[in-house]
Order: sequence, then structure tokens, then C-alpha cells
Amino acid sequence: MIKIEDVHKSFGDEEILKGISTEFDKGKTNLIIGRSGSGKSVLLKCLIGLFKPEQGRIYYENEAIQDMDDDKQRKLREEIGMLFQGGALFDSMNIEENVMFPLRMFTKQKKSDMVARVNEVLKRVNLENVNKKFPAEISGGMQKRVSIARAIVNQPKYLFCDEPNSGLDPKTATLIDNLIQEITHEYDITTIVVTHDMNSVMEIGQKVVLLKNGKLVWQGDNEEIFKTDNEDVTSFVYSSNLFKKIREVQLKEG
Amino acid sequence: MKYIQDIGSYFLMLKKVFGSFTKTSVLKHLIFKEINDLIISSLGIVSFISFFVGGVVAIQTALNMDNPIIPDTLIGFATRQSVILEFAPTFISIIMAGKVGSFITSSIGSMRVTEQIDALEVMGVNSLNYLVFPKIVALMFYPFLIVIAMFLGILGGWVAGVYGGFSSSSDFIAGVQQDFIPYQLFYAFFKTFVFAFILATVPSWQGFYMKGGSLEVGKASTNSFVWTSVLIIASNFIITQLLLSS
Repeated sequence: MIKIEDVHKSFGDEEILKGISTEFDKGKTNLIIGRSGSGKSVLLKCLIGLFKPEQGRIYYENEAIQDMDDDKQRKLREEIGMLFQGGALFDSMNIEENVMFPLRMFTKQKKSDMVARVNEVLKRVNLENVNKKFPAEISGGMQKRVSIARAIVNQPKYLFCDEPNSGLDPKTATLIDNLIQEITHEYDITTIVVTHDMNSVMEIGQKVVLLKNGKLVWQGDNEEIFKTDNEDVTSFVYSSNLFKKIREVQLKEG
Repeated sequence: MKYIQDIGSYFLMLKKVFGSFTKTSVLKHLIFKEINDLIISSLGIVSFISFFVGGVVAIQTALNMDNPIIPDTLIGFATRQSVILEFAPTFISIIMAGKVGSFITSSIGSMRVTEQIDALEVMGVNSLNYLVFPKIVALMFYPFLIVIAMFLGILGGWVAGVYGGFSSSSDFIAGVQQDFIPYQLFYAFFKTFVFAFILATVPSWQGFYMKGGSLEVGKASTNSFVWTSVLIIASNFIITQLLLSS
């Protein structure tokens, strides 16, 4: 479980996060949604410790990250898996070395055990026979799956995903969404996904948090989001023509 | 004001580089990779330039010796002094600032742009130690490259002097051995170590703290070459003042 309390973050004079408080539950896919510039990626970077909030506290299982010394923070990060928007695979390493990286850094396993674990997670994300290829030699969707494999190889307690579907076709995007949800349940981990893709909200939004101009304006699940009359939610959800049409049909049918 | 901030950020970076260490087995692998990328892969260009510049120094010295009183051994002597004192340590370092420096900046800068450095940080890896420390260790082998540059520079001088008909082989070798002061070798290698440290850290700083996209990676590489060269020239002046002028 991750809890955040009154988190504020500014860059220069511009306040990006204006006092955000919420909780992200274990075993659920928690989504942070909002328009571009609403502060969702900044919130994610505060959660993983890449940005330090000026005010407010972030708790991992009741222990505030602000109270942890450097060593403890580093230990915590070993329990975090992160899927970056662009995959962030290491160009100079092949797929096997990329996925094996957290194991090489933080475990004392034998090489053969590490290779076995790498093959296991690559199989889990439906990738086989790509071990010796380099990131530049595989497609964007495959890179995302390798990135998921790297994120889960060391059995993390927390999984963060920054726009996992960006740049992917709808079918691959759904595949990645489902994979994230399956892994969340399988490993019983706390997953937080930053997205502005409404398909992801529909597919995997077990808890959805909507940000607007740095403030949390609504939270609920993927069923409630289509029923609420909250103006901020409706203006975000029905901003695309597809969802507008669906809304019109829904309203016509009462 | 910005320069003061940059200097502060450079020294803070150095502190972090020697902070929390990466696992030894991983570091060992990285160091060997960096030795290959930074030192071994530079052997060809350094050898080529050293040999021909040594030759040019010998020819220039010979062509500018009009006075018959000046002994022919001066060609070997001047070649040795130029190559050992300045050409090999300083000018090879400027060339390396272009070759190795921009490689370091662009590789680290690309990692910054594609969030690979963020990925390291999120995993709990001290990214500065992981990326920069192996480069510093690898460049501590840089003096071996300079030894080769010194040898090939003098050899180039000998080939040009003897086969160009400017000096006999025995005169040239006598000139190379004439008034040899071992302390000058200490001076040359001392500054080589300083330049190696600059070559490893200044381009790393430029790449690590760059902001923006691929265009900015190019700009950072250019800045890296400029600042590394400036610092090499400035520190060369200071070291020469401190170690040679008494």
C-alpha cells in the first residue's frame, strides 16, 4: 500500500502539484489519469523518489519515504519495478542482459539461475527467442514487454508504469494493459499506472485518480467513472469523439 | 553566476561518483568495457597522428637550421623534447577531448534523453558511480597510450629525419639521448594523469546534467569538447608553472 498526504511540488514559481492526498491499494491496478500538464508524471516521479516534494509525505507500508536514510531508500527502490514511457532499455545490452540487470545488481544468484529466471519472465510476457537481440532490433510493443519483464524479474512489491500504451496500436495497447493487470494480481503487488488512455481506464482501472491542474479532482473505479456527474470527469472522459458518441447513445437510451 | 553553479555541480557530481559503490563484479565488467571503448579503440588514431606529427617536427627543425654551427643532433633533441613535453601529453589529450570526450558526453546524454539514467536511479543504482567511475578507472590507463604516442612520435621523427636526408641515424639517436632529464618524464606523466581525470569527468558532467532532446545531446558534445580542451590547456599552464619553472 502506498499513501500520499498533501504533496506539493513546484518548478521555479510554477506549482505543479497542489496538495494531493490519496491511497493506492495492494493487489490493484491504480490509475492516475489527467490531461497533459495536469501533473500526473510529476506525481509519479515524486512517488518513486526522482523528485522531492517541497511539502507533504509519501508512505510505503506506513513508513514515510522522507524519514528513510539513503540506504533505506535504496533498499526500497530495489523493491520497485518501473515501466518507462519509452521502455528505457539499455541500448548497449541485449534483451537477456537488460532483463537480468536487476538480478546482477542486487542478488548473488549463479549465472545459470539468473538466465533461467530471465527466460521465465520473458515467457510470462509472451516473448521467446529474443534473448540475444538488442533493443533497437525489436518493435516498440516488444520493447514495452521486455521492460515489463525487467520490472518484475526481481519480484518487486511495487510496479509503476508511465504511459505504458503511448505509441502502440490499440491491440498491442490492450495486450500490455492486460499483462499489467495479470501481473498485479499474480504477484499481489501495488501497481500505479499513469495514463490518459480511456481504454486503459476501462480495461484495468480498479482505482482511478483524476488530476486537473495539479489537484486531485475525483477518485473512484472504472465503473463509477462512467456514471458520475462530476464535471471534471465528464469533460475529460467524453473529450474524444468516440466517447462523445457513446455518451449520446447512453443518454438517448436513458 | 551560472559558471559558479556549474563548478559547484561538477564537484558535487565527483562526490556522488565516489559515493555508494556498484557491485564489484559488475564494475569489473564495466571497467574492461570502458578500457576497450576509451583506450584500445583510440590506439589507431593516436598512433597515426603521433607518427606523422613527430615526422613533421623533425622536418621543421631541420629546415629551420640554417646555421652550420648548430649540430645535426639538434633534430633528434628537438623532436624528443617537443614530443615528450608537449605533443604527446597535451595535444593528444586535446585530440582525445574530441574523440573520447564527445563519445562520453553523447553516450551519457543519450541515456539521459531516453530515461535510461532514470531507470538506473529507480532501481536504486548510484547512476553516477555506475556510469562515471569505470571511465575514470579506464582513463587511468591513458598514460600507456601516451607512452605509445611518445615512442611513435620520436620514431616518426627518426624516419623523417633519416629517410628525408636531414640527419644521419646516429646523429638523430645521439640527439634523442642528449641532456635527458628523467624529471621531465615525471612532469609529462603527472600532467597526463590530470588530463585523464579531466577527460573522464568533464564530458561525463556535460552528458549527465544535459536537458532536452537529441539536438541538445549534440550541443552538449560540442560544449564538452570546448570545456575539456580549455581545462586541459589551463591546467597544462598551471602544472608547467608549478613543476618546471623554479
